[in-house]
Amino acid sequence: MTETKNEEITKYIVISSDKVLPADAAMRIYESEFPVTVKETCFGLIVTGPKEDVTAVVENIRQLDKNHIFVKDRGFPAGDERRCRASRGGGPRPGFHFLREEVEMLPAIGAALDELEASESVKKKPKEKCRLKVSDLEKIIEAELSR
Amino acid sequence: MAKVFIYPINSLILADLVERFGHKPLTMMSQIREKVTNISLDSPPINITSEDPKLGLKYAAIEVPAGVRGRMALIGPLIEETEAAIIVENPPTNFGCVGCNRTNELMKYLIRSKNVPILEVKYPESDEEARDFVNKIAEFLSSLPKEKSEEEEKAEEEKPEEKEDKK
Repeated sequence: MTETKNEEITKYIVISSDKVLPADAAMRIYESEFPVTVKETCFGLIVTGPKEDVTAVVENIRQLDKNHIFVKDRGFPAGDERRCRASRGGGPRPGFHFLREEVEMLPAIGAALDELEASESVKKKPKEKCRLKVSDLEKIIEAELSR
Repeated sequence: MAKVFIYPINSLILADLVERFGHKPLTMMSQIREKVTNISLDSPPINITSEDPKLGLKYAAIEVPAGVRGRMALIGPLIEETEAAIIVENPPTNFGCVGCNRTNELMKYLIRSKNVPILEVKYPESDEEARDFVNKIAEFLSSLPKEKSEEEEKAEEEKPEEKEDKK
């Protein structure tokens, strides 16, 4: 019986950023010394390894450009013979076409996430501290007295 | 953290947005991972056991094409644990594991008949549509109950036992 790998997971990191390249992200992972396998691709990276390590790595990379780096799970490990083009005689691997279609839409999605974040930060902005106006104080006193 | 079913079931954008807003996406990839890494058999392209076609029969009759039942064997268990769903109409393309329109119809029918909160949106084709798309999804996901994660639930289950022990 072959060994079972319960905790091994694989994730796609799709980079649609103006300031981060797949190579930069890959270098960041190599520097971090997590025991994960990294495969650089045209759209980003494929990361395989123990669940905790991959989750930490992915979070680390996502922070490079939060709204323009997208992550999804992948079933097959990186370089798996059942999916790898090297062993299948070339051609796009299954699932590539849909990913390519979605990658075209990512800049617009990233911009929308930026806007959403900006509008939320405006909403959450607390009122600035300022001195209480005399007129406001009078109103409060009158309200208290009229109870 | 609610378990959110997404359609297309292998979508990068939907899976990312659901996870980004603090919920768990139910995706085909997780099911495939279980097949290709957890079972000790090795029969490419994926490890199909004799139990899988039987599982598919729960969702589709024996007369329907085998492919529908095969796909439902993977997708059906996800539908059962669904707590909310996001359905995107007119996705640009459906290849590979979600390429069967009959399965897609059956999947959407089962989700709609489950009486869970569902958001139905159109796939964006421009920047403005993308903004609407993201806003609608963000609003929908923030309206879902923030249920406790499995780890938190386990921790809470363990706590009363500890208290009992102390008594």
